Amino acid sequence: MPKVTIDNIEIEVPEGTTILQAARMIGERDKAHRHVVPPTMCYYSKLKTSGGYCRTCIVKVTKGSEKDPRPMPKPVASCRTAVMDGMVVENTTNPDLLDARKGVTEFLLINHPLDCPICDQAGECHLQDLGYEHGLSKSRYVFERRTFEPIDIGDTIKLHMNRCILCYRCVKVAEQLTDGRVHGVINRGDVAEISTYIQEAVDNDFSGNMIDVCPVGALTDRTFRFASRVWFTKPMDAHRDCPTCSGRAVLWMKGDEVLRVTGRKDQWGEVEEFICNGCRFDHKDVKHWTVEGPRTVDRHSVISANHYELAQKQKLLTKAAPDSTPVGRPNELPGR
Amino acid sequence: MGRKLLLEHENVPGIAGLEVYRAKGGYRSVEKALRTMSPEAVVEEVKKSGLRGRGGAGFPTGMKWSFLAKPPGVPRYLVVNADESEPGTFKDRYLMERIPHLLIEGMITSSFALGANLAFIYIRGEYFHVSRILERAIDEARAAGWLGRNILGTGYDLEIHVQVGAGAYICGEETALLESLEGKRGNPRIKPPFPAVKGLYECPTVVNNVETIAAVVPIVNDGGEEYAKIGVGRSTGTKLISAGGNIRRPGVYEIELGVSCDEFINSDQWCGGVDGRAFKAVVPGGSSVPIVPYELFLRTAAGEPRLMTYESLSDGGFATGTMLGSGGFYAYNDAQCIVRSTWNHTRFYRHESCGQCSPCREGTGWMEKVLHRLEHGEGRLEDIDLLWDIQRRIEGNTICPLGDAAAWPVASAIRHFRDEFEFHVRHPRKVKDPRHFEKEPFVRTPKPAAV
Repeated sequence: MPKVTIDNIEIEVPEGTTILQAARMIGERDKAHRHVVPPTMCYYSKLKTSGGYCRTCIVKVTKGSEKDPRPMPKPVASCRTAVMDGMVVENTTNPDLLDARKGVTEFLLINHPLDCPICDQAGECHLQDLGYEHGLSKSRYVFERRTFEPIDIGDTIKLHMNRCILCYRCVKVAEQLTDGRVHGVINRGDVAEISTYIQEAVDNDFSGNMIDVCPVGALTDRTFRFASRVWFTKPMDAHRDCPTCSGRAVLWMKGDEVLRVTGRKDQWGEVEEFICNGCRFDHKDVKHWTVEGPRTVDRHSVISANHYELAQKQKLLTKAAPDSTPVGRPNELPGR
Repeated sequence: MGRKLLLEHENVPGIAGLEVYRAKGGYRSVEKALRTMSPEAVVEEVKKSGLRGRGGAGFPTGMKWSFLAKPPGVPRYLVVNADESEPGTFKDRYLMERIPHLLIEGMITSSFALGANLAFIYIRGEYFHVSRILERAIDEARAAGWLGRNILGTGYDLEIHVQVGAGAYICGEETALLESLEGKRGNPRIKPPFPAVKGLYECPTVVNNVETIAAVVPIVNDGGEEYAKIGVGRSTGTKLISAGGNIRRPGVYEIELGVSCDEFINSDQWCGGVDGRAFKAVVPGGSSVPIVPYELFLRTAAGEPRLMTYESLSDGGFATGTMLGSGGFYAYNDAQCIVRSTWNHTRFYRHESCGQCSPCREGTGWMEKVLHRLEHGEGRLEDIDLLWDIQRRIEGNTICPLGDAAAWPVASAIRHFRDEFEFHVRHPRKVKDPRHFEKEPFVRTPKPAAV
């Protein structure tokens, strides 16, 4: 099995593993090494041929392999480059690379509207995270940003092209998950946009997954629009007996009300299993679901700052023993 | 007088037809290769010739051919890249218009060498009339038994198809070309895998420029060693140069690699010198290669005379050198504005970026806006550094070379002509007139190349 060193951390991975996957393995092995994992905006492990477009996951290969130790001349997209035995990769330890990633982040943001205060994705947006970590505090771009009118693509999905970063994930979902893709990228260059064929609507059982894979707020759930900020809702793992999909989903609740249903996202922000539109849009009633318990959101954005699952536990505890006084305020809870 | 291998019969009346072409020795290479040589022997000759890709990158053709994967039972394809879209380049059009059979002949010989039974010519949409010429030539060749089943009774089959593109520069990038040929959106693929392993319809494919394939004909006819005798060092053979700009004799010239740059630009055999003013700058290989001041085009930074070869033109790296590129040669006189020209180039790249990867999609648009502002007298001094920063962050960070191609002209313009950019900031009223340097040429202060 090939051995690869990423930011001085060695790992042995199966043949054909990409640099990104190897880095994620390092991150999964030891949480303290999570920083070596390059950020991704377009790669999605569940979608074939995804990745390579956004260039945020670029890394520097300083040693190609044991056999051919020459360094690779340019930064490579870690999501699309397979590791070789003896490869040495620099990510956060290479200042030039971090500068290049800063450049990519800046490019992604120059035409982004930065309308986070009114964007449904805020709080679970990968571009926000990327911006916080690699962006400049002030934009150097002084020109008018390109603008599009938001459009409805189908009755459940809203497209805000202004926010789109053209990651092609939704195109791959439509291609690989649904029968017959009716949307795609039209035009080219900086006026390229996601759109449907004329008078076609995105309408099939799995189209809702396009919302889940969208890294930004370009594709949002029309049944959830402006209902709540995501960090005010409580994600709960739940399942139901679904004839179409696995039925394993996350309910985003406010009180007993289900505001929206999404797939279960893992620590890298990717859904574990794609769910059907039936589960997503038609069962917004907690009675239709078996609730398993609060979901831990293992991401660094504002959404995971909401440590209600501990509060929830505490509530249960206090319910069980009404005499006991709560210990400390929420922000003194362990794990903060 | 240089030797001509490709354009020897360019002015023979009727050379576009099979009869005259054959009378002038056409299709000898097919006879020789199919009857007397093995495919490997043809590849060997091409390797010996030292022929390098004429599309711009200059990759050794023989090596490219030997990388072609040959899994059993899987078809292999030859695709000829006739999507000549590089601004300033029009050599392939000339060749195909004048002597279409030379390309067809080269394709038969090359396909035989590669073991391909199906070959394609992907031609840009704007060359629609040329596609008609090629189709006529293919029909003629097929009727005469040079194409189709059992060519020359050797049992070798070959069919050639012409596919007209829709007019996108990006489809000249080999993997975008293959996508487009497959009927998809012309987005470059992420490499690896390279086309030699997984190309057209996921089969091993060789993509070569028109001129490269045409050059296979003299190589097979006279032998690779004979071909390699022409030229200097690793730049062997002849090269078509399409010359334009402020020269007295624009046109397509076939030069032996190794002609001195001074001779090429000033002798009456080729460019014929400047059109009445003074030379200012030269772009020797199409809009993507770095622009260099005239004095650096004539002589390297070390003071040696520069030659028209891959190595000599790139001597000094990007700091003082440039590239031979595709051979789209154009020169500027002192009435031209480098900022305007750079803006124009960037406008082109912005329009032609496929929009797939973010640095190129967003960066080219940004550069175009900043350059527009500078050229129209609305720029600021910081804009020059900003431009430098943008191009630096595009270069090397994109999927395909279009990002680099968009960055290099901007980088070289700032590197060599920074004072002209500054002039635009300092004299906004003067540059309002689009022909601002016509009456009063900008006087450069030559300085040692920095950065």
